[in-house]
Amino acid sequence: MNGYGGKILRVNLTNGTFTKENTPPEVARDFLGGRGFGIYFLLKEVPKGADPFGPENKLIISSGPLSGMLIPGGGKCDWTTKAPLTGGYASASMGGHFTAEMKYAGLDSIILEGISPKPVTLFIDNDKIELRDATALWGKKTFEVEKEFKHKLGEEFQVAVIGPGGENLVPYASINHDYGRQAGRGGVGAVMGAKKVKAIVLHGTKSVPVADIDAYRKAGMALYKACKDAEGLKDWTRYGTTIVVSWCDEVGALPTRNFSAGSFEKGKNLYGPVMREKIVITDKACFGCPCPCGKYSKNKKYNSFVEGPEYETIGLLGSNVGIDDIEAVAQANLLCDDLGIDTISAGNVIAWAMECYEKGILTKKETDGLELKFGNVEATFALIEKIARREGIGALLSEGVKKAAQKVGKGSEKFAIHVKGMEQSGYATHNATAMLLAYMTCDVGAHHNRSWAITYDLQVGRELVVPEKVARVIWLQNFRPMFDVLGGCRLQWVELGIDRDLYVPALEAMTGIHRSWDDLDKVGERIWNLTRLFWVRENEGFGREWDLPAPRFYEDAPTSGATKGQITKLEDVHRLLDMYYEQRGWSTDGLPTAETIEKLGLKALVA
Amino acid sequence: MRLYVDHSKCSGCNACRVACSLNLFGENNPKKSALVIEPLFPEPGTYNVKVCTQCGDCAVACPTEAIKKNDKGAYYVDFAECNLCEACVPECPEDVMFVRAELANAAWKCDLCGDCVAVCGTSALWIAETEAAA
Repeated sequence: MNGYGGKILRVNLTNGTFTKENTPPEVARDFLGGRGFGIYFLLKEVPKGADPFGPENKLIISSGPLSGMLIPGGGKCDWTTKAPLTGGYASASMGGHFTAEMKYAGLDSIILEGISPKPVTLFIDNDKIELRDATALWGKKTFEVEKEFKHKLGEEFQVAVIGPGGENLVPYASINHDYGRQAGRGGVGAVMGAKKVKAIVLHGTKSVPVADIDAYRKAGMALYKACKDAEGLKDWTRYGTTIVVSWCDEVGALPTRNFSAGSFEKGKNLYGPVMREKIVITDKACFGCPCPCGKYSKNKKYNSFVEGPEYETIGLLGSNVGIDDIEAVAQANLLCDDLGIDTISAGNVIAWAMECYEKGILTKKETDGLELKFGNVEATFALIEKIARREGIGALLSEGVKKAAQKVGKGSEKFAIHVKGMEQSGYATHNATAMLLAYMTCDVGAHHNRSWAITYDLQVGRELVVPEKVARVIWLQNFRPMFDVLGGCRLQWVELGIDRDLYVPALEAMTGIHRSWDDLDKVGERIWNLTRLFWVRENEGFGREWDLPAPRFYEDAPTSGATKGQITKLEDVHRLLDMYYEQRGWSTDGLPTAETIEKLGLKALVA
Repeated sequence: MRLYVDHSKCSGCNACRVACSLNLFGENNPKKSALVIEPLFPEPGTYNVKVCTQCGDCAVACPTEAIKKNDKGAYYVDFAECNLCEACVPECPEDVMFVRAELANAAWKCDLCGDCVAVCGTSALWIAETEAAA
C-alpha cells in the first residue's frame, strides 16, 4: 500500500506466535496511522474493563505515512494502550529512528497481545521474527541493554527497551530508545513490563512504495527548503525546547516548587544558553529532522552523558523541585531514562512529596530518613531510584501523585497537580485559561502537547474566558495530534512556522489520496472523540469532575513571580468547560452526544 | 568537486540518506544510500559520517569498467555494466562503495547529485572543488 509499510504484526506473547495481516485500506483511509491506528485497535480489540496489566490489554505501536520518508521530522512512533496510570487512554509519542525502521521492515503497527511466561526480546529483521529469551537482561538498565544489542547486531538495528521501572510496573514507566528518546507518558513502559517484553529490536531494508515518486520527491524537497529558509532555524537548533525556559520564567509559566508559582527566583541558572554553554556537545535529531531539538550533553560534574535535559525535564526536575543546577537536572534526567521512568511524572510527584515534607505531612519516618526539602539534589536522585525500584517511600510515590495523595490525605490532595491521574507537565496555569483548559481536556490527562495554547493566552489576554479561546484549544486539539497520527513531528510547524499546506502534496504523492487540512482536521476531531469515548467506556461515572484541574490553580495563588496573586476562579473553570462541551457537541457533563457520534460517523465503532 | 562533511554538525537525522536513495534508485530506502552515518553513543556522543572523496580508486579496480565519470566529474556506477564482483569495495578508503546483492543488482556510490546537501538542515554537508577543502 502506497505510503505504508503494508502489514500489521501481531505478537501473541502468551503462546509465542506471530501473525501478519495486510494493513486494512479502509483503516488507513479513515485513521491514517500512528495515534489513529492506536485508538482504532484499542477500542475495537481491548475489551471493556480490561486490567491494564492483564493479558487482555494490548500495546499498539504504530508508525504513520510520514514515518521514514523524505519529510522533515518523520520520526515519530505512537505507543497506545489502556493506561495503568489513569485507567483511561494512553498514547505516548516516541522520537528517534524506531518508527522509520518499522516502515523499512514493512510494518505499520506492531500489536503486543497477551503475557509472555518469561522475559523476552521481540526480534524483528525484515520478515524474520522471533521471541528470544531475555531472562539475562531482566533487571538491567536501559542504556546497558541498548548498548549490548547495538554492539551485537550493529547500528542499523533500532532498539526500544524498558528499565527496572517498567519491570516493576511503575505506572509511569517509560520505553527508551536511541539513548535518550522515550515513549514517556501514561505508563506504556509498565504495560510492556507486564507483558514481560524487555526489548524490541528491529531492522528493515525494504523500500517504502509511494504513489508518485517524482511528486513525492519534489514535495519533500520543498518541505526541507522551507525549514532551512526559516528564520527561527538557527536559534531553535542551538537551544531546542530549552529556548522557552526563560520565556516561561518571565511570564509565570515555569512550574516552581510543585506549581506553587510560575517563576523561579534562581531560574536563570536553568536557561537554554546556560545549558548550551555548560554541557551541550551535540545536536541530536530524530529521523529526518532538519532542526534537531535533541541536545546531547556531557556532564562533567557527574561524569556522565545524557540526551537533554529538554524543557519539560528542566521544569519538572529543576524548578519544580527547587533545583537550579543544570548539571544536577541533567543527572536526574539520566537516572530516569536509565531506570525507565517518565521525567515529567517523576518530577511532579517528587515535588508533591517535598511540599508534604515541608508542611509536616510527611516526616523523616516516612521518607526513609531523607531530608525532602525543595532543592535537595541528593534526595531527588535517591527518590528516582526508590520509585523505579518501588522501595521505601518510593513504593508510595510510584503510585503516581493522585493515588499517593489519596493514601496520605491530610489535605495533600489539594496540591497533587494532575488531571485524570496524570501528573501535569511543564506549564504552570494559574492564570492562563486556554492552557488550563488544554490540560483539563487533554485526551491522556494533564499533558501539554495536544494543545500548546499558552502563547495564545499571552497574545489575547491570559485571564479571558471567552468562546474564542475555547475554539482555539479545540482547533489545536484536532490539528496538532494529526502529526502523531501521521507519524511525524509538529515542531517544524510550531517552531519554524512552515506552512502546513506544504504537507498536503507530500501526503498525496505518498498515499495517492488527496487530503486537505480541512479533511485532516476532521480526522483529528473523530480521533479526539473516540479517545473520549474510551474514557467513558472504561470509567463508571466519567464526566465533568474528571476534567477539573488541580485546586491549586483556582484557589491557591502564587505569592511570588509574574503570576503573584493570580488564579482562575472555579466558576470560570466551569464556564470554560461549559463552552468547551458545547462547542465539541458533548453533553453538559462532557460526554459526546448520540448526535455528535452520528455526525462524525463513529456509531459503528462504539456500538 | 567532491562532497565534504563537518562531522561535528551532523545530527544523525538521515535525511541525506533518504534523499540519496531517491536519487540513486528512485526508492525510499536509506539502506540504499551512498553515505554512512555512524552514531557514537552514548559515548562520546558524536556522529561519524563517511562520504565519497571521488578519489577514483573504485574505478581503477573495476574489471568491467562500470564505474565512469559523469558531467560533474564524479565517478558513478553504470548499473547495466556492473556484475557485482565486489572488486571495488575493498579499494574504497572511505568505506562508501556498496555492494548488497539482497538490496540491489548493482554496486552503488555517490554520484555527487547534491540532494543530500539540499536536505541537510545543519549544513554539515557541502560540495566544493577538491582543492578548496574547508
